[in-house]
Amino acid sequence: MKLWNKYSGLIVPVIVVLALAIWPIITGKPANRETAFTILKAIALATSLNILLGYTGYVSFGHIVFYGFGGYVGLFLLTEKNWSLGAAILAGGVASGILAYLLGSAILRLRGAYFALATIGVNEAMRSFITNFELFGASTGITLNFSVYKAYGGAAQALQTSFYIGAGLALLALIISYLVRTSKFGLGLLAIRENEDAAEVMGVVAPRAKTWAYVLSAIVPGMIGVLFFFKNGNVEPHDAFPLNASIELLVMVMLGGQGTVLGPILGAFAYQGMRGYLVTSPIFKNIQLSVSGVLLLLIVLFIPAGVVGWLRHRIPSLRKVLA
Amino acid sequence: MEQTIRLLLASLPDGILLGFVYGLAAMGLTLIWGVMNVINLSHGPIIALGMFSTFFVYTRLGINPYVGIIPIAVVGLLLGILIYAVAVHRVINAPHLSSLLATFSVNMIIIGIGTAALTTSPYNVDFSAGSIQIGSVTLLGTRLIAALVTIIFTSGLYFFLYRTRPGKYIRAVANNRSAAELMGVPSTRILALSFGLGTMLAAVSGGLIATFFPFSILAGGGYEIKSFVIGVLGGLGNPIGALFGGLILGILEGVIPAFMETSWVPVIEFALFVLILLVRPSGLFGAKK
Repeated sequence: MKLWNKYSGLIVPVIVVLALAIWPIITGKPANRETAFTILKAIALATSLNILLGYTGYVSFGHIVFYGFGGYVGLFLLTEKNWSLGAAILAGGVASGILAYLLGSAILRLRGAYFALATIGVNEAMRSFITNFELFGASTGITLNFSVYKAYGGAAQALQTSFYIGAGLALLALIISYLVRTSKFGLGLLAIRENEDAAEVMGVVAPRAKTWAYVLSAIVPGMIGVLFFFKNGNVEPHDAFPLNASIELLVMVMLGGQGTVLGPILGAFAYQGMRGYLVTSPIFKNIQLSVSGVLLLLIVLFIPAGVVGWLRHRIPSLRKVLA
Repeated sequence: MEQTIRLLLASLPDGILLGFVYGLAAMGLTLIWGVMNVINLSHGPIIALGMFSTFFVYTRLGINPYVGIIPIAVVGLLLGILIYAVAVHRVINAPHLSSLLATFSVNMIIIGIGTAALTTSPYNVDFSAGSIQIGSVTLLGTRLIAALVTIIFTSGLYFFLYRTRPGKYIRAVANNRSAAELMGVPSTRILALSFGLGTMLAAVSGGLIATFFPFSILAGGGYEIKSFVIGVLGGLGNPIGALFGGLILGILEGVIPAFMETSWVPVIEFALFVLILLVRPSGLFGAKK
């Protein structure tokens, strides 16, 4: 019972992720596995973004830069240095974390919309730089040699393994998010979100806390990047730094409820599910972007706290479970 | 050396003339930012709509594109007021994320409908206004006229903001909305008007760009990002600074290709953008707030 009380906020999110990981095994269809992977990837990315956006209150419009950068570093190590997948994933996460530390020390001084603009600039600068960077294959990117998959029991088996690693990374993102949320460090971040100057007066070292929040929100995206592009077989500047994907992540976090552990997970689920439906539906397929736009507008205008935030506000007894 | 100069002579005048039009687009973005602290993420698709308006006015109706600018401006103004009323007004006092996402959802709606109606394949306005030869430098007529139209719109905006009553209201609201309201300024109407003017400038710049390059419904995105860079160069909220910012960007785009590959241009642009945000967020010409 004590354990239940202590970790009650973690139960629903973990169940969702585990259910997603098991679903393709039960149904046994590869197509379901791909759907589940897309959702797990979205969960990992949105949950990571939430550490910066939801807890700290800084809007990053270019968060996908960590995913792309990590992916590039990982694929470079896989092809040129013959590293194993596990080591490459770790290296991708570390590289993104270091990038976030360096960037964060500089641009986190900016507040509000200026920070948002700077993150767009960083993403575009990185994309155009890598398009010219010979070591990373410039505009053609890096393509994996097919034989790489042999070490993992062939392409089919490699896809299967990637799926489990993806589920593991989603779980990792979730645990980081939960630990931050319930720690004293996280409390400092929430204080920064509410009023940065007041937080500093109360003894929160804001620049340091913000930088570490940025680093923590960058590591898992870097790892997911390596995994995704390994699975994909190649990485190109165009696929690695799509500005739209950054904004989709913001939508997921907003949809589910920023600043909560469960919110980004529900948001990722709902957004990917809706997109999957709209893209295949005969009525909406041509204007699916417009339909998503209308939905986003309605959420922003009428339930800005997101689904989880709204539920927490309406039904106080659920607050324990919906951390 | 001689070749570098020849390259410069070929690309620099072009870059400067383009810079005027970039500046016009950025002026719309920065006006909205200055008045209501909203970054308008529907800026790009509106530029693209301006491009398609020129296409339909000229290619389908056979009207001269520069005459067509007038209805484009009027429709742009009305569209902006509509967007303000539907998407922006409710979140005008909310945190930045809300207005960013609200205008982004407008972006998605326009792109979605545009993609369904016009596909994403490129269109082209086949219009020529001759060219002028000065020594070894060739200036395209379309670009000269576009720069002229930009100057007309900039002076018009300047006159409007400083010499007319609604313009003074706009500046008052930009300075201090609550104080302006206390003085009897109808702030909601003024905010809607400012948003309308911002989208009008975006649509007009799109209409002009359509006479230079092929375009698609997605083409506005690149100019939107250029507008961010220019807005920051000139100081966000400073419409006249945007014109100078545009010229700087145009000159950069004209000079850089003479020294290194064209693909490096965006790297330098965005690095400069982040750098200026860090060292001088009020912009090169911006007043200290």
